[in-house]
Amino acid sequence: MAASVTCPVTIRIQEADFDIARETALLTKSRTDIGAVVSFSGICRADEDSANIAALTLEHYPGMAEEEIKRHVDEAVSRWPLNGVTVIHRVGRFMPGENIVLVLTASQHRQAAFQAAEFLMDYLKTNAPFWKKEESEAGTGWVEAQARDDEAAARWTKP
Amino acid sequence: MKVKYFAWVRERVGKAEETIEPPATVRTVAELIAWLSSQSEAYAYAFEKPKVIRAAIDHAHVKSDAAIAGAREIAFFPPMTGG
Repeated sequence: MAASVTCPVTIRIQEADFDIARETALLTKSRTDIGAVVSFSGICRADEDSANIAALTLEHYPGMAEEEIKRHVDEAVSRWPLNGVTVIHRVGRFMPGENIVLVLTASQHRQAAFQAAEFLMDYLKTNAPFWKKEESEAGTGWVEAQARDDEAAARWTKP
Repeated sequence: MKVKYFAWVRERVGKAEETIEPPATVRTVAELIAWLSSQSEAYAYAFEKPKVIRAAIDHAHVKSDAAIAGAREIAFFPPMTGG
């Protein structure tokens, strides 16, 4: 049963960059029950609606951000047989090409790992208290929430 | 109670957090937004489209009809754009 599976959870919000290989190694270290690790990393893009982005600043709500991510990780763990989850979200000012977010999901089989990673990212985008401000040649402004992100999150609650 | 503001709500209000004492007639998140908006032009500007504003009580998302009684910390912010 999934209930007896060990599922260590790591949630970090930090300014520093993360190392995907290192985080993956930490998740799978001394484990022989993990058959699949899915890794998603979100990266600062240089192009947004054809405006050239010079930099992106990520603001968050300390305390709530960690708790909100934890709530969604707990839900993912209850929905899929996961053997480990790591979520790292960076805050601060980023240049195009820099890492912003990392989601790692480990499971015995790939389907659970793929689905849980997608579920976590969809909810992270719409429910975790982070906000992006972009600097481009057109000026500086807060990024507007996208309806397509709400739709992506909503599909997980459909019957 | 403590109130926190984030992103453009924070910029429009002109502060990140403060302690407020709304009158007892202010019972819900929506009523708190309306009361704050009546306090100054900065609040009125921040909350000019109240339906866009998201709120959290003690680190959990709430709807605008949520009761504020007993809240230690209320936060107001725009729709989230992380990830």
